[in-house]
Amino acid sequence: MGDYPSSRSENATASDSGVIGRHTRGAGTGVSPSSHDEPPFGGGGGALPKKARFGMEAGFKGLSVAAGAMVLVIIVAIAIFLISKAVPAIRADNENFLTFNQWFPNETEPRFGIAVLAFGTLLTSIIALLVAVPIALGIALFLSHYAPRRLATPLGFVIDLLAAVPSVVFGLWGRDVFMEPVREFSTWLNKYFSWIPIFGGDGPFGRSVLLGSLVLAIMVLPIVTSLSREVFRQTPGMNEEAALALGATKWEMIRTAVLPYGKPGVIAAVMLGLGRALGETIALAMTLGIVFNISFNIIENGGNSIAANIANAFGEANETGRGALIASGLVLFAITLVVNMAARAIIYRRREFRDSAA
Amino acid sequence: MSLLDREAAGVVMTPDNIRTKRLPLGINLGIAAAGLLIAAAVVYGFGIGNYVLVVVLGVVFYLIGLQVVAGRIEGPRTARDRMWKTLIYAACVLAILPLASVVWTLVSKGVERLDGNFFGTSMNNIGARDPEGGAYHAIIGTLEQVGIATLIAVPLGVLGAIYLVEYGRGRFANTVRFFVDVMTGIPSIVAGLFILSFWVLIVSPWFNNGTPRFSGFAASLALTVLMLPTIVRSTEEMLRLVPGPLREGAYALGVPQWKTILKVVLPTALPGIVTGVMLAVARAAGETAPVLLVAGGAASINFNPFEGGQQSLALFVYQQAGDASRYAPARAWTAALTLVAIVLILTIAAKLLARRNSLSK
Amino acid sequence: MAKRIEASNVSSYYGSFKAIDSVSMTVEPKTITALIGPSGCGKSTFLRSVNRMHEVLPGARIEGSLTIDDQNIYDPDVDVTAVRRMIGMVFQRPNPFPTMSIYENVVAGLKLNGVKKKSVLDDAAEQSLKSANLWNEVKDRLNRPGAGLSGGQQQRLCIARTIAVEPQVVLMDEPCSALDPISTLAIEDLMFKLKDRFTIIIVTHNMQQAARVSDKTGFFSIDKTGDPGRLIEYDDTQKIFSNPTEKKTEDYITGRFG
Repeated sequence: MGDYPSSRSENATASDSGVIGRHTRGAGTGVSPSSHDEPPFGGGGGALPKKARFGMEAGFKGLSVAAGAMVLVIIVAIAIFLISKAVPAIRADNENFLTFNQWFPNETEPRFGIAVLAFGTLLTSIIALLVAVPIALGIALFLSHYAPRRLATPLGFVIDLLAAVPSVVFGLWGRDVFMEPVREFSTWLNKYFSWIPIFGGDGPFGRSVLLGSLVLAIMVLPIVTSLSREVFRQTPGMNEEAALALGATKWEMIRTAVLPYGKPGVIAAVMLGLGRALGETIALAMTLGIVFNISFNIIENGGNSIAANIANAFGEANETGRGALIASGLVLFAITLVVNMAARAIIYRRREFRDSAA
Repeated sequence: MSLLDREAAGVVMTPDNIRTKRLPLGINLGIAAAGLLIAAAVVYGFGIGNYVLVVVLGVVFYLIGLQVVAGRIEGPRTARDRMWKTLIYAACVLAILPLASVVWTLVSKGVERLDGNFFGTSMNNIGARDPEGGAYHAIIGTLEQVGIATLIAVPLGVLGAIYLVEYGRGRFANTVRFFVDVMTGIPSIVAGLFILSFWVLIVSPWFNNGTPRFSGFAASLALTVLMLPTIVRSTEEMLRLVPGPLREGAYALGVPQWKTILKVVLPTALPGIVTGVMLAVARAAGETAPVLLVAGGAASINFNPFEGGQQSLALFVYQQAGDASRYAPARAWTAALTLVAIVLILTIAAKLLARRNSLSK
Repeated sequence: MAKRIEASNVSSYYGSFKAIDSVSMTVEPKTITALIGPSGCGKSTFLRSVNRMHEVLPGARIEGSLTIDDQNIYDPDVDVTAVRRMIGMVFQRPNPFPTMSIYENVVAGLKLNGVKKKSVLDDAAEQSLKSANLWNEVKDRLNRPGAGLSGGQQQRLCIARTIAVEPQVVLMDEPCSALDPISTLAIEDLMFKLKDRFTIIIVTHNMQQAARVSDKTGFFSIDKTGDPGRLIEYDDTQKIFSNPTEKKTEDYITGRFG
């Protein structure tokens, strides 16, 4: 997966190198024999054997179709079952589920709303992307166009490994190690920049939106990096050469040929990163302050998110409480579904464009 | 006649002089030193921060100075080129720092409890004052849950991929392919909630006297949901790499399609499929959120994934990190180190396997 | 405008592989020089060495000296981008920027050089497209994607893009090999026209083309695969095609090998 040893040097080897792309879709498809179940019996001169109606062929095909359909079934089932548990809880809610900004679902008169959680989810994700995307694009360009191959391969490998590190480890590191520098940095920001509202407040600082977002940024980084790197690598070598032959510097070549070509792919990569950030649970549960209020202050203890709240509140939840958490999860599911579908739609359109151009 | 002779003053289109001045390395280093010195003077002079601020400000001053000086000597285009190059290199350094910190803390804090006791005992009867206690039960839980999830997800995923590559045509197949991709982005907590509402709260009470039953098996189901799209996707890519003539050769011999797939296509693609499965397993082993919701968690050893709560390594890290005992952090870090070791070994092995795979070259 | 190019003992390498071995030739201003020879003989490599595009490939390097009006372009203090601005290049396959319109493609080089004024850009676009014999075909759809044109039109668009920055030398690397005969003729007509302003070097597989368009012809060859390519003979096109000095050239011209 994603580990294509084909390199830039191969891509650009000759002046006659064509459109470079991974034709993953070309090689082994489309061969379908006239399907008969058993080879014709030797000898005899009779008619060819009839196509059996229920044979291994039909059975195997049926199984594989069922397995393929399973994916759709699961996605629909997720929606159905989440709704079935969420609706009773939302009915029991004495406040407006969308706008109320507290979370007391376990009381005899449950009151809860998703406003704070949705806000916190968006805030942490957006800050994380603001930090991660420029750095990720920088690394992707470094890997695709700047680094010598000796360095690009191991560094790309390390970035892929970073993606494999479990989120609970990042959460643990964020809380035990990274919180201290962030606290000091927050205090410093507060001392000199408290006139900017997001850096205001009287403390305590540290277990804040800033900490959660930065940890999240580190986790999103590898996704955006590896997807963008793939996209940048696919820039047709002949377009890069065209720019260079016009007298472009390396950066101008990147701006003229590489970035415009990669733009849709980068947008998709960023959206996939957003999907990951929105759904991240454990790392945020361990680094955010889990407070129920809507505040743009990013350095004071506080912050919350849909997913982190589920992890935190699940232990003490009664039946309505669980329903309320499932309802919030349903909202998260809907948001991530939309984001992911949009990202994939961009990638699919781009792939068609590229294949038809090739 | 050149249209540029009369226009665009100041733009030298085709310079007669192709020579250029380069920024000498000495000046470059000089700017860096000056930047740092000015930063230090500003920071300590006004008393507004410590060495970190000096470095940050120093880098900013260096970049500005470089841009100005290089712009004078080399011209704006070369200077801009240099600036972006510097920024891109800086991005790499910036990304390596947290990674190095994670690795360093994992190792330095993780070795503290890296002993036989940790791997041989559970947390049964371990109070807040007991320094012992281990993750034996959690390791058992992770192995069983991921094992069962793999047993379910692999056949399902491989069959799904076979459908997409060998049989799938038209709109339905495209829909399936699209949603496989979309499904890779479903948050793990949502998968956990799904299994919670579907299996734990609705199905499991049927055979548990009406009360929900949290179990390792429920965790396996949640992990299956997460592994399935990854396996379908990677298997699909591998199956597509199997050369068409190989299939045609079998068809020409009168071998039916299903046998061709099982006997020719799958074996050819097997190394690649195994790689994809290993990556999916590595990802599943590190999941915390779904296990937290449906496995129930337990302090003692439970070999039975179908009855009673079960622990997992990732969940163990989370719970120990939230534990008030002063011995808990050490246990959390050692468990984290173990978890990362398992995940990374699987990932690296998978990547090395992929590199040796003749199909994907 | 046009300049004189002098190569002396140019050898180009890909890593440790020597692609061409000590080529020396002089190209006079405002002439068309054709480079012919069998595949893999190093003629494209030599062409790419002339505007320092050869070194774009990892591990590629060059020995010897290449001067353009007595300035060695391989001197250490030479600005590569200035060299490439002075020596434009048209590639084997038409390669307009896929994300840009026809107009943007033509003015891409000017924009890189900091020309921002709309009137200058418009003027340059029109002039270059006219010079490239493309203006009449595209003047109504300048804002459509360049990739939507036919292959021959795309190649003329690339030529327009190259000459828009007013180079002094234009290198063409088999510019017609991906085109049909009619488009090929259009490009050849264009070359005659451009000869008044530029020094042109063209690599071609097509000997008729070389005979038709060029003033001088250089014949490259290799002894066997793995050996470096050499310049066997370099002379007036007339002479090369009627009465070559070297036996090898004659064999190649008459189709006895290659």
